[in-house]
Amino acid sequence: MIINHPLLGPRDAAEFVYLGDASLIDRPDWEAEDAAAQFHAYGYLRDNPAGAHQELWYHEQGDRSWLVVTRDTTTHEITQVELARDVARARGRDR
Amino acid sequence: MRYSALRILREGLTGNKGWKSVWREPEPKAEYDIVIVGGGGHGLATAYYLAKEFGHKNIAVLEKGWLGSGNIGRNTTIIRSNYMLPGNEPFYEMSLKLWEGLEQDFNYNAMVSQRSILNLYHSDAQRDAFVRRANAMMLAGADAEIADADQLRAELPFLDFDNARFPIKGGLFQRRGGTVRHDAVAWGYARGADARGVDIIQNCEVTGFDIENGRCTGVQTSRGAIRAKKVAVCVAGSSGRVMEKAGMRLPIESHVLQAFVTEGLKPVIPGVITFGAGHFYVSQSDKGGLVFGGDIDGYNSYAQRGNLPVVEDVAEGGMAIMPMIGRARLLRSWGGIMDMSMDGSPFIDKTHIEGLYFNGGWCYGGFKATPASGFCYAHLLAKGEPHPVATQMRLDRFMTGNLIDEKGVGNQPNLH
Repeated sequence: MIINHPLLGPRDAAEFVYLGDASLIDRPDWEAEDAAAQFHAYGYLRDNPAGAHQELWYHEQGDRSWLVVTRDTTTHEITQVELARDVARARGRDR
Repeated sequence: MRYSALRILREGLTGNKGWKSVWREPEPKAEYDIVIVGGGGHGLATAYYLAKEFGHKNIAVLEKGWLGSGNIGRNTTIIRSNYMLPGNEPFYEMSLKLWEGLEQDFNYNAMVSQRSILNLYHSDAQRDAFVRRANAMMLAGADAEIADADQLRAELPFLDFDNARFPIKGGLFQRRGGTVRHDAVAWGYARGADARGVDIIQNCEVTGFDIENGRCTGVQTSRGAIRAKKVAVCVAGSSGRVMEKAGMRLPIESHVLQAFVTEGLKPVIPGVITFGAGHFYVSQSDKGGLVFGGDIDGYNSYAQRGNLPVVEDVAEGGMAIMPMIGRARLLRSWGGIMDMSMDGSPFIDKTHIEGLYFNGGWCYGGFKATPASGFCYAHLLAKGEPHPVATQMRLDRFMTGNLIDEKGVGNQPNLH
């Protein structure tokens, strides 16, 4: 697979480390009433879709940026690559 | 119809006209006591043991494609019980004992071959870890044997003992481990279940679950609605896709695992051998091909094919322990979809929906578990409580903190 890095252009997926579903960006509020249940879902439960999947890849053998890659899990086709930083900020995170 | 040597002789003398279809092809009935979703090894074993050991007759097995078309037909056929943790090892040892009696039990030649499995170690620390594992195995009633390098040199002279990077210091043998003809396992269980009245319905895809007031009362399928008192899902590889229809999120990611077969060779590798410093395992099939594999590709996938970096990694693992393998030509490779769970261990449990049961999360170790998985799932379905060796394989264990994490790498499915 080739990942089209937003800053570096097309890179071999073997340069990256895979973490998992990009929902891992959305860390729950530890002060919430149901924080235990929320963290259980955050840490252990996954949508695991057959089709478009947003996921976190880390460019360990490159510029060490975190990316959010949108990839089809039935064909491995990559349709969108964004910096995880930009995605997190768009979701209201400060960094 | 019982198979026997006498039967072969008689059929041979009478033109082989007496052989019958191994199972029926029934139309689905409107209602069953138990509907098993998934006609692979585990589903068919569950039906077989429900009928044979627990006296249930009114059972259907629904299979989306043809019988045994999933991972039971795509694996590397290894059986073993060399686990360590108390939540796992007694279960896998029960499975190995069932394998040992399986062919007599279901009267079908599954070519169970206890040709041994050997896990190589390459350092002192790894030897200590394997001695500990061997002790844990023996405590659960399994066999285990530590062999040093001299013993291995005598038994397996082709290994690269003096490899500069990964010298072979010894290994952990389980002599009762080995290989089984994987397709025959599905066929044997199917035949045994069918003979006891189980309806095996192929080309019947489950499209939805009928859930009313927190209770599952049946399934919708591509061949119409089927009511059931209990619905038992058993579709490892597709667990996410199927359980989504019941509105459930699982502690599972689907990943692709590749496997490889070389051209047929004369006998060169006596048992199953695994590399201790990377991920590589190999055995030789009865046809002569070397059957081997290694790591999963490492990213979520439902495509039954992988990518080249893992092919290279697996080939490097093979070359590191047995350079002779480099002379063999690769005939084919393929991929299968694994339920990679959050701690690397499986689930055999009820769900929060009454009447709906779940069996899955087998990672890349489901084949060896087939008999015990079927037996324990049947026990749960028939008696409403888990079999004693499967009490820890719970869906809620991440909430309660009772993980079964053999590797100790945490909730990172692609590392298990």
